Amino acid sequence: MRDRTVLLAAPAALLTAALFIYPFAYGLLLSFEPQKGDWLANYAQFFSSDRLWPTIGITLKLALPATLINVGLALPIAYRMRFPSRSQKWLTTVLVVPITLGTVLIAEGMLTYFGPRGWLAQLLQLLHLYGGPIRLTHNYWGVLISLVISGFPFAFLLILSYVTGIDPVLARAAATLGAGAWSQFRHIYFPLLLPGLAMCFCLAFVQAFSVFPSAVLVGAPAGPTRVISIAAYEAAFELYDYSLASAVAMIMGFVQLAIVALVLGARRLVYRGPVTGGKG
Amino acid sequence: MAALDALTVNIRRGEFVALLGPSGCGKSTALNCIAGLLALSSGSIWLDEVRIDALPPEKRGFGMVFQNYALFPHMSVRKNVGFGLRMRGISAADSDRRVTQALRMVQLTGHEEKLPGQLSGGQQQRVAIARAIVVEPPLVLMDEPLSNLDARLRLEMRAEIRRIHRSLGRATIYVTHDQEEALSMADRIVVMREGRVRQIGTPPEIYSEPADLEVARFMGYRNELAAIVGHVAGSEVLLNGGLCGRAMAPLAVGALARAAIRPEDLSLGDGPLAGRVENVEYGGRDSLVDVVLPDGTRLHVRASSSARLGDEVRVGFAPQRLLVYPA
Repeated sequence: MRDRTVLLAAPAALLTAALFIYPFAYGLLLSFEPQKGDWLANYAQFFSSDRLWPTIGITLKLALPATLINVGLALPIAYRMRFPSRSQKWLTTVLVVPITLGTVLIAEGMLTYFGPRGWLAQLLQLLHLYGGPIRLTHNYWGVLISLVISGFPFAFLLILSYVTGIDPVLARAAATLGAGAWSQFRHIYFPLLLPGLAMCFCLAFVQAFSVFPSAVLVGAPAGPTRVISIAAYEAAFELYDYSLASAVAMIMGFVQLAIVALVLGARRLVYRGPVTGGKG
Repeated sequence: MAALDALTVNIRRGEFVALLGPSGCGKSTALNCIAGLLALSSGSIWLDEVRIDALPPEKRGFGMVFQNYALFPHMSVRKNVGFGLRMRGISAADSDRRVTQALRMVQLTGHEEKLPGQLSGGQQQRVAIARAIVVEPPLVLMDEPLSNLDARLRLEMRAEIRRIHRSLGRATIYVTHDQEEALSMADRIVVMREGRVRQIGTPPEIYSEPADLEVARFMGYRNELAAIVGHVAGSEVLLNGGLCGRAMAPLAVGALARAAIRPEDLSLGDGPLAGRVENVEYGGRDSLVDVVLPDGTRLHVRASSSARLGDEVRVGFAPQRLLVYPA
């Protein structure tokens, strides 16, 4: 008789099918049923319209730097805080807050702080450091800052958990063999962290690529920060062309998938395995 | 309280010194201080004429073997062993030659390109040893390197480490809680307890002349008798009750004393002590027999003759094997 315990996974499988596979398949099929023209008309329209296809580049131009900043900033800070301490606890608690706040609140806060008459501008003028106009909202920089604020804590907490998972005895062993602080990081921690960093990059990138609220609230949604999700939104809820919106969503998914596949493919080239140095 | 206090040891070139003590006695702390992984709160460490206790571990140049091996999981055996040479900026060709030589010494030729995860525990330990000795350190530190191995492999590796030590001639400090390991491997043993040195001596000295009762207990003197000192003549002491022993410290006549003796130094048959057999553990070549004296004292006797539960027996010993300490 076959193993019936497999059936225990059935509810989860059904839920996945209902929540992900069905909408995906539905959207995919819908994207091939344009309101007019042949079955590829939506895709043809996307790649020929100056209103649509540049959104890929615009979104990448926001998501890639934001992801690189988040991962690149989180790595040294998490590495510095790898030993349990008061400051580690304190910082982790503080950083959880932006994750729970959500992008809308962050955007609202940013308008207060970084706007033309915001606290930052007033402070700089008060201190006579900079008197010119400050344009950190309603443009590219506003969205980038917002993506860093909302994405950094996520990257930091993820990397911190990878860093603290590496047996510190390995670095001590390296030290007794003549490795200074930099060599310990370069030869021990970094190679062991790489697979985790790749995973963190993918998750942070996917999050940043689907940016929507901050692109509208602190960006310039008509031009420089007209990201791909805005294009999908407009197609669906302003033009009521669900088929075109589905096609945009499919293209968005494909770009994300391509970047993730690229990074995870590169991850196969490095060591992946236990990060302890022997029997426990 | 300090984790480590009053530890003064001079280690000679080529000497094998064991730090021996129960867990929590400070022996690993001592080793980590020597390696530079822990800072001293006071005191000093000297290598020849140079004071080294303020140097970071990477500047001390000692080879260290860790209890859980601490092999770099992402590097091949060759890269693990060559790591110290690479950090010292030694050329690839020279490094390759020395790594090959070190791997030959620990008998791991042919495993160069494997990752540590593909090796057995014993092989991993050999890699760890090769990695520590390939840099030709003036001092090799070993922190309970055999405690993760099974009994048979442990015996093999013991001989192996001795052999490597002899052929290299480097001073070695070896931390262990296993008396047998320390006795069989070391030129000198430092017995520690509660962060303090209790005795420093050669294995025969530690084995047959423990400095105090606690060291004696730790070295396997499992039997203890309370008695009053009757007469002292040089190192011979006569205890009230008719037992003869050897005085291990100045004893006052009439004072309370404790006498300690090993199970293997007791014999069944003839002797001054009488009691009843309460337990017999068969051990192959001999048996461990528990004899309870009329006053309730339990003696462990390693007896080659057979004894049955409930037998009334007499227990004897050679007087110089009964060590008498002030209580």
